[in-house]
Amino acid sequence: MSGMRGLSVFISDIRNCQNKEAERLRVDKELGNIRTCFKNDKGLTPYKKKKYVWKMLYIHMLGYDVDFGHMEAVSLISAPKYPEKQVGYIVTSCLLNENHDFLRLAINAVRNDIIGRNETYQCLALTLVGNIGGREFAESLAPDVQKLLISSSCRPLVRKKAALCLLRLFRKNPDVVNADGWADRMAQLLDERDLGVLTSSMSLLVSLVSNDYEGYSSCLPKCVKILERLARNQDVPQEYTYYGIPSPWLQVKTMRALQYFPTIEDPSTRRSLFEVLQRILMGTDVVKNVNKNNASHAVLFEALSLVMHLNAEKEMMSQCVALLGKFISVREPNIRYLGLDCLPAVFVGELLICFMECVMCQMQRMFNRSSIRKNIMQYLSTAEFSMREELSLKAAILAEKFAPDLSWYVDVILQLIDNAGDFVSDDIWFRVVQFVTNNEDLQPYAASKVREYMDKIAIHETMVKVSAYILGEYGHLLARRPGCSARELFGILHEKLPTVSSPTIPLLLSTYAKLLMHAQPPDIELQKQIWNVFKKYESSIDVEIQQRAVEYFELSKKGAALMDVLAEMPKFPERQSSLIKKVEDVEDTADQSAIKLRAQQLPSNALVLADPQPVNGTPPPLKVPSISGIKVGISSNWLDHESASQTQSQPNGDLSKVQSQIPSADLLGEMVDPLAIEAPPVDMGSHQRVYREEDGIPDEVDGTAIVPIGDQANKVEPIGNITERFNALCLKDSGVLYEDPYIQIGVKAEWRGHHGRLVLFLGNKVTSPLTSVQALILPPAHLKLELSLVPDTIPPRAQVQCPLEVMNIRPSRDVAVLDFSYKFGTSMVSAKLRLPAVLNKFLQPLQLTSEEFFPQWRSLSGPPLKLQEVVRGVRPLSLSEMENLFNSFRVTICPGLDPNPNNLVASTTFYSENTRPMLCLARIETDPADRTQLRLTVASGDSTLTFELKEFIKEQLIAIPMGSRALVPAVPVPAAPLAQPPSPAVDANDPGAMLAGLL
Amino acid sequence: MIHFVLLVSRQGKVRLTKWYSPYTQKERSKVIRELSGVILNRGPKLCNFVEWRGYKVVYKRYASLYFCMCIDAEDNELEVLEIIHHYVEILDRYFGSVCELDLIFHFHKAYYILDELLIAGELQESSKKTVARIISAQDQMVEAAKEEAGSISYIIAQTT
Repeated sequence: MSGMRGLSVFISDIRNCQNKEAERLRVDKELGNIRTCFKNDKGLTPYKKKKYVWKMLYIHMLGYDVDFGHMEAVSLISAPKYPEKQVGYIVTSCLLNENHDFLRLAINAVRNDIIGRNETYQCLALTLVGNIGGREFAESLAPDVQKLLISSSCRPLVRKKAALCLLRLFRKNPDVVNADGWADRMAQLLDERDLGVLTSSMSLLVSLVSNDYEGYSSCLPKCVKILERLARNQDVPQEYTYYGIPSPWLQVKTMRALQYFPTIEDPSTRRSLFEVLQRILMGTDVVKNVNKNNASHAVLFEALSLVMHLNAEKEMMSQCVALLGKFISVREPNIRYLGLDCLPAVFVGELLICFMECVMCQMQRMFNRSSIRKNIMQYLSTAEFSMREELSLKAAILAEKFAPDLSWYVDVILQLIDNAGDFVSDDIWFRVVQFVTNNEDLQPYAASKVREYMDKIAIHETMVKVSAYILGEYGHLLARRPGCSARELFGILHEKLPTVSSPTIPLLLSTYAKLLMHAQPPDIELQKQIWNVFKKYESSIDVEIQQRAVEYFELSKKGAALMDVLAEMPKFPERQSSLIKKVEDVEDTADQSAIKLRAQQLPSNALVLADPQPVNGTPPPLKVPSISGIKVGISSNWLDHESASQTQSQPNGDLSKVQSQIPSADLLGEMVDPLAIEAPPVDMGSHQRVYREEDGIPDEVDGTAIVPIGDQANKVEPIGNITERFNALCLKDSGVLYEDPYIQIGVKAEWRGHHGRLVLFLGNKVTSPLTSVQALILPPAHLKLELSLVPDTIPPRAQVQCPLEVMNIRPSRDVAVLDFSYKFGTSMVSAKLRLPAVLNKFLQPLQLTSEEFFPQWRSLSGPPLKLQEVVRGVRPLSLSEMENLFNSFRVTICPGLDPNPNNLVASTTFYSENTRPMLCLARIETDPADRTQLRLTVASGDSTLTFELKEFIKEQLIAIPMGSRALVPAVPVPAAPLAQPPSPAVDANDPGAMLAGLL
Repeated sequence: MIHFVLLVSRQGKVRLTKWYSPYTQKERSKVIRELSGVILNRGPKLCNFVEWRGYKVVYKRYASLYFCMCIDAEDNELEVLEIIHHYVEILDRYFGSVCELDLIFHFHKAYYILDELLIAGELQESSKKTVARIISAQDQMVEAAKEEAGSISYIIAQTT
């Protein structure tokens, strides 16, 4: 501020103060100075007054009390000149609050400015009233402010301030705006084109409808229109877009206003609104720019909340849940926080369950946020029945995982039982018992807590169980408290007995026996009562009850012996939470049944082998039931290439011939792996039964009763046939390489010369993260492979892209293998996958004319550059099918070159680092009489290339999934039996051979 | 609504306060003390929202300065976070790459600009251009008044 040197000097002085004390001295000095000046008011110029008032504000801002000079600040408001007036207004609105007496003095001056003609003064006055106007201002100024707001002669500058000023006044006194008279005006305001005025007016509307929406229904369609206008970016001036988003603030406010209307009746308005919302839900992505991201997500979150409010169709809701799932998994902490914050609002039906899983995995700290817990609890009391049990189980796990201390845990679980007892399985209360038993400090607390619950008139049976158990064991710890003597505890428990079912009765009997034992000094009266109960049940038809009644009765007569028999339960060994185990078990079973289901959906003649070996870790040793299995395996695989009729017509003999050329174990590896189906799911019923049995026998509840039995091997089976997927990818450049219930690996490849770029798309299909992700490439010697970093974790429903650079060094049919593994929950899943970086990917199609072809063909005469072989066991293909096949692996058929219509000639170029681009030529002579055999001649300038290409083409022609050797990449290629051609001598009678000689 | 705006430096020095809800001087000091303690000590990787006394405080650090706005629990936090950024962008445009010193020595400008951005704790104007226009018009009026005050005729008028 030029010219206000005194102020700058003062600020500098303050900045130069070494410590708080020096600053205080300087401030005191200044305040004294100002005070003196104000006292001798006479000679004070407006400029000096202004300067001192600013200094006061500065001192006030530093946190010092400024208890004088308010009058001077307020008096500047009525100064004739703008600079003083401006300072007066702004300092007054900073120093004073609405309850300040001095402000009353200003009302008249302020009003004069508002009704005056000076637009600038109007603005100053409206700003002050808008910021600190109180009730009195509301009463005296509201009509004037309303007039300005709707006046057509006022500029937007004034009107937007008037809108917010009115909002303030309305907040201070809602009577100043009457819906009857104002609603129409309000609706008109929403037609405003100026977005500044519209933004302020929308804030006003939000405030009005939040108080009472009635009367403002005419505004509703207008809000939808505004939203449409913004979402479609129609008629939005550039200066009102924020990082490319049409006023995110106005969008948010508009959607907020809509949330105050209970519903939208008009179907067409509703439809338009849903269209806009859909657009927002679908169109928002996480982007790099922080501000754009925030702004678009501000809009998105408001849209989510509006969708929830409107009770949209299930489809849209699940979209919302998916989005929220995405939010809480993103790295950006703001969006993650908001995703969680939004969470309770979307607890709808079954969606909740999958959501909870997600939450459980990720949001550890957050459970401590009381709002979420409270919401879950609230939700439990209104949730659909079918899901309550699962929900309560998960809530219990959350509680256990994230409990800040154990007493908190006990509180939460008891609350859970109280709220949703029907759905709290026994595991949950067993777990509480386990905790209480193991923690001495917790025992009196838990006992007093359940004692409190026992006072309730109606309590759930599960609560009776847990209370009876805890009071039996630890009730004596409360003996000194009022209402907690053994006799009183018995009385209150026994009251519940008529209300409980028979499995609970034995538990109560045990408790009685314990109470009796703990009663110190012995209570004859109590003994009499309890013996009466025992006697009554001696003749119960329930064996368990009868037995206990008899035994306890006899025992309790023995006195001291009772002490030994009914001693306090020993501590439980520490184990993993039974609850967590239970959830895992349930999930396993679900997955298994899903796999089973899929198996049933496979073609009926597909091979289904029960393979008890886990897929994880090293490839399992292959055990195949019988040799017939192999054959079926092959034909089922075949089936997917060919129609069923062809398969049936296929003579078995050919198959076994083909098969004999293949190392059988590896082949089986191919066959068994993708098709092997999980053994039938483990019978969960047996686990359940264990719990049930223990229900009524708390004295015998020990570790085993609470901890489920045995580990189950987690097996994850791939979906679809890996071999088929690989084969398909050999011929095309994008598709799915691997899929199982949790992950899908897609591939997209680009090939240029001897270079290739393969992108692996690792997509997490579930709502929990996949961890310990590892991808190792086992490269064959002829390929140089570079895989970019694969992240350790794939977030829920996220896709990770991992580019892989490939360089071909020399011709070889060896295949690169991707050793891929990850962890889902506690189970490791691993798969060895062949990568479609195969020989033909380094071919470039090339079509030759006869003038080009024949000279080359002739110049390459005989082995090792030209190799010929009769291939048998060929897939029966028509010529055109064979042409397509060749073209698909980039060996181009050159039509019309061979005079014999049953023959094909083809050409291509091969690229590798070690060789120059090599021309490759091929000739296929088919026998129309026997489609299962043909003669193949391949020629190129490189002997290895010729051999490899010939073998490659052969593999393609024979119905054997190629490269099965690759599963064991350690096997050197040339040694592989497959590499040994049957090498038939050229048959002199073969017409094809003769023709070849001619060529 | 925004209940108050608070600019506080890394060292805990207050650079601007604006209260849209009635707080007494005592309460104001307490709020500032309490909140700067909370916000200055928050880790850099945490989210920009703090739940505080039933309210939410949205804050963002720019260089050595923390901009904080206190809002109602049910308000849209991201929206407010971008109001902060909007304000910073306007300040930046006005001062030409704004720094803390600008806001110390020209704190009144920060107030003027804030008043064009927020009224009653609600966003008044989302166009940076419009705010810039209004502020420069105000500056001109102040300049014009100063020139007038400096003119000889004005001095004569004052003395007679």
